[in-house]
Amino acid sequence: MAMLKTFKIGGVHPAENKLTKDKQTEVLLPPKQAVFPLSQHIGAPAVPCVQKGDQVKVGTMIATAGGFVSANIFSSVSGKVSKIDSVLDASGYRKPAIIIDVEGDEWEESIDRSEQLVKECNLTPEEIIAKIKDAGLVGLGGACFPVHVKMMPPKDAVIDYIVINAVECEPYLTSDHRLMLEHPEEILVGLSIMMKALNVKQARVGIEITKPDAIAVMTEKAKAYSGIEVVPLKTKYPQGGEKQLIDACTGRQVPPPPAIPANVGVVVQNVGTVYSIYEAVQKNKPLFERIVTVTGKSVKNPCNLKVRMGTPIAQLVEYAGGLPEDTGKLIGGGPMMGKTLMSQDIPTVKGTSGILMLPETESVRKEERNCIRCAKCVGACPMGLEPYLLATLSENSDWEKAESDMIMSCIECGCCQSTCPSNRPLLDWVRLGKTTVGGIIRARNAKK
Amino acid sequence: MSNLILTAVIVLGLTGLVLGIVLYIVSRKFAVEVDPRIPQIQELLPGANCGGCGFPGCPAFAEACVKQGSVKGLKCSASKDGVMDQIAAILGGEAEHQDPKVAVVRCNGSCANRPGLNRYDGVKRCSIANMTAGGETGCFFGCLGCGDCVAACKFDAIHMNPETGLPEVDQDKCTACGMCATACPRRIIELRNKGKLDRRVYVSCVNKDKGPVAKKACAAACIGCGKCVKVCPFEAITLENNLAYIDFTKCRLCKKCVAECPQGTILAVNFPAPKPKPEVAPSEAPKPEAVSETPKTAE
Amino acid sequence: MAQKLILSQSPHYHGGDSVERNMYSVVLALVPALIASFVVFGLGALIVTVTSVAACLLFEWSITKYILGRERSTVSDGSAIVTGLLLAFNLPSNLPLYIIIIGALVAIGIGKMPYGGLGNNPFNPALVGRVFLLLSFPAKMTTWPETGQLLAYTDATTAATPLALMKQAATGNADALAQLPGIVQLFIGNNGGCLGEVSVLALLIGGIFLIYRKVITWHIPVSVLGTVAVVSGIMWAVNPEMFANPLYHLFSGGVMLGAIFMATDYVTSPMTPKGQIIYGVAIGFLIVMIRLFGSYPEGTSFAILIMNAFTPLLNNWCKPKRFAE
Repeated sequence: MAMLKTFKIGGVHPAENKLTKDKQTEVLLPPKQAVFPLSQHIGAPAVPCVQKGDQVKVGTMIATAGGFVSANIFSSVSGKVSKIDSVLDASGYRKPAIIIDVEGDEWEESIDRSEQLVKECNLTPEEIIAKIKDAGLVGLGGACFPVHVKMMPPKDAVIDYIVINAVECEPYLTSDHRLMLEHPEEILVGLSIMMKALNVKQARVGIEITKPDAIAVMTEKAKAYSGIEVVPLKTKYPQGGEKQLIDACTGRQVPPPPAIPANVGVVVQNVGTVYSIYEAVQKNKPLFERIVTVTGKSVKNPCNLKVRMGTPIAQLVEYAGGLPEDTGKLIGGGPMMGKTLMSQDIPTVKGTSGILMLPETESVRKEERNCIRCAKCVGACPMGLEPYLLATLSENSDWEKAESDMIMSCIECGCCQSTCPSNRPLLDWVRLGKTTVGGIIRARNAKK
Repeated sequence: MSNLILTAVIVLGLTGLVLGIVLYIVSRKFAVEVDPRIPQIQELLPGANCGGCGFPGCPAFAEACVKQGSVKGLKCSASKDGVMDQIAAILGGEAEHQDPKVAVVRCNGSCANRPGLNRYDGVKRCSIANMTAGGETGCFFGCLGCGDCVAACKFDAIHMNPETGLPEVDQDKCTACGMCATACPRRIIELRNKGKLDRRVYVSCVNKDKGPVAKKACAAACIGCGKCVKVCPFEAITLENNLAYIDFTKCRLCKKCVAECPQGTILAVNFPAPKPKPEVAPSEAPKPEAVSETPKTAE
Repeated sequence: MAQKLILSQSPHYHGGDSVERNMYSVVLALVPALIASFVVFGLGALIVTVTSVAACLLFEWSITKYILGRERSTVSDGSAIVTGLLLAFNLPSNLPLYIIIIGALVAIGIGKMPYGGLGNNPFNPALVGRVFLLLSFPAKMTTWPETGQLLAYTDATTAATPLALMKQAATGNADALAQLPGIVQLFIGNNGGCLGEVSVLALLIGGIFLIYRKVITWHIPVSVLGTVAVVSGIMWAVNPEMFANPLYHLFSGGVMLGAIFMATDYVTSPMTPKGQIIYGVAIGFLIVMIRLFGSYPEGTSFAILIMNAFTPLLNNWCKPKRFAE
């Protein structure tokens, strides 16, 4: 057997714990009250376009993009706007949000709710991108970068590859895996639409070898579509990192920031995003639903749920059998890059890929020791950085040296910290350094 | 044998002589002209290199003074009274008078006032805790209690009180260099006028949440009711984003707002204790933390 | 809700590696060599090893507790055991107890704890102890017992080691090389020397175990051994009468022990593969130079200590291969 492809430097192999990979996606009923934070994507917060007391349907736009890098927000429920107020969200702070009291389940007529596959797409690239923009699509992998921005690469960049992120390298999460098994054709149509919009002839779908069923289905179905190739990848975290995935699938390496994938001729999208492109373009369905993996070792009924955005996390947790007694952390996302949530009242948003309930024994960090200089973090870093050094520089506020040692290249994957035998909080420090150095760089650029 | 010693002495002696001459020439030729006033001023400065003046350290501050030729707009708050006058005298001018300031911690969210809802398990640094989430309590504006301000202080003037979990300023040691204020990621610490007889009145809260939210999060939070604004005879209090603020340049220390505040958020420090009034019911009496006689106040 | 939810930044996962796992893996990897030393030197090896380990543990415990005043002792992390074992492995099996204890005190009390304990020491503590003893007790430290005296300790009869013979050859004794034992004897360990360094086979087993467990990487051992082989090979090619063949250099003295267990010490070796290779090559080169041209028959300890001093510099110079570089 030929060597499986993967990215070249670093990486770790955390315990996979894909408890829900064989669980059919179930549909969660709409909540009684839905909450839509205005800032659930990278970029400017959206601006509300409804007022208190307005009636909305499922799929009604309730907030418009607050800039080019921003996204529209749609109601996932029908009912009445109760208020616009500050609500605790996944960031751990109170942010403005639209709150809607649910009445019935009435959808906008324009949305095609049939299950039928629509293959034909006669729109021009401009029309496709406009539709994507109007539907408020953002990357569903977790970063929530508005899709239309990525679909309009810089003029001087020649894009010749689309790479689809279907590796789902985060432990526990299975929403992308389920999506590929349940809706392979839709994904491939969505991908073809993307290729048309970007005028790209080749696309590669990277799937880790731990999902042989998904690889089989996708490879079989892709035969009917031109230019789409499924690439089985060796399992290694963080393969889903944009740069690592491009490296693994095409062998190209994106230089450090400010370079973006378009600079090496590649656009990357998450497989869930591709599915939502299909829905937006072919079914006129804006982004207000997504698949969320609700999981954890002590959870009674770990499951994959199709959730209306704005549903409080408590409802998802309840469906999965309630919050286990031993829960230490409630995490939005996976264990490697997810964010701890402060309470169950937080609403699901576009970027909620999973809800993980981690037992307290796994949640509490072990006692920190001296750095024994074993260099395991250096070996694990997929960006070829020296986490031990960056953390120390951060701790000592040596921002200049941190910048010259490329702290801004860090992708915050957490490999370093998860390998550290001394349990050092390396990423806490590096993140602080990144934030500070990023601020210094912005201030410097603003001066110029 | 003696020959050997002699050779060694001569060789070493000559080497030393030659190198000495080289050093002398080099030091003469490449000597950097230093304004003699710079070391003079540096002598006067405390040498803590605290950075409170906005320069990287005391030598840089001295240089800046000489470069500018006056002390206008420059101030070393870390040095004792009169030092700026002396520096001004060296430069041939006069120092403008500034009211002495002190760092004030505007948070009263002690463990008792602010019930904990979550537990933070990361590096004990406010800057990192602040990035992680709103904090361990329902108040997302108040003190995180990891002590970045304590670490930033070069004068040993600020310490965490283990009972309240809040930092306390030692006003005798505080030089108002402002390093703690900069270190605090939530801008809770403010430099305020030290006040007459060290007496100060200030709103000990920075919570901008709406009243009910703030009140639920912390028993001593400003709820933005505006009563203090109305009662202030000097228009020193403003209310913005559900938060009252007392302008220390306008406040005349009448303490009317202190009595009016329903939450006990406004603190008055270093005032003499009120005479006991037995007829007043205990519930109407001023909150105990509002009055303090010790110099180490819960600021 | 019953309990407070914990907040912290990602990652919320730890691979389970620990200081203990690494240190006890090293201890485990040293066991074959330890057994070999018991077989070869008998009682003496046992006494020296036990004394050294016990003394190191005792000094570490008492220094953390009474001098540094720390509440939590670091004794259980296994690093003191490793230091004790490595120190013992670098001593002749007929060394009197008091010398061993002095060595342990120097290793822990001067080589390790004054810098703040494990992780901060610039030099390999076991080697600091060993070199201190070598300079303080040169006679006792350079007479090695003959093999096979299983019940003897300080009373064991001594004999010349292969290294001493090689030194004699390099300094002009033409007959010395002929007296060397066979390569196979050296490989199994049936020859004189410090108690832990004799059995190449046992050390190699330990080294493979460590690489398999991902406790160490191949870079340092391979570069040290490779350089020793190449440099001594060149010298041998130039003059086979004076210089022993490279296999003798690899299989005799402390080269194996040093390359696999001492030079790879986490704390004192460089952090990046590039740095580690430079470090290893330099150590290998220095070993051969000291052996052939220095006044000591063995140079492994000195070579490693010298390169320990260069480690911070190498860390500064050798950056890892960055992504997209």
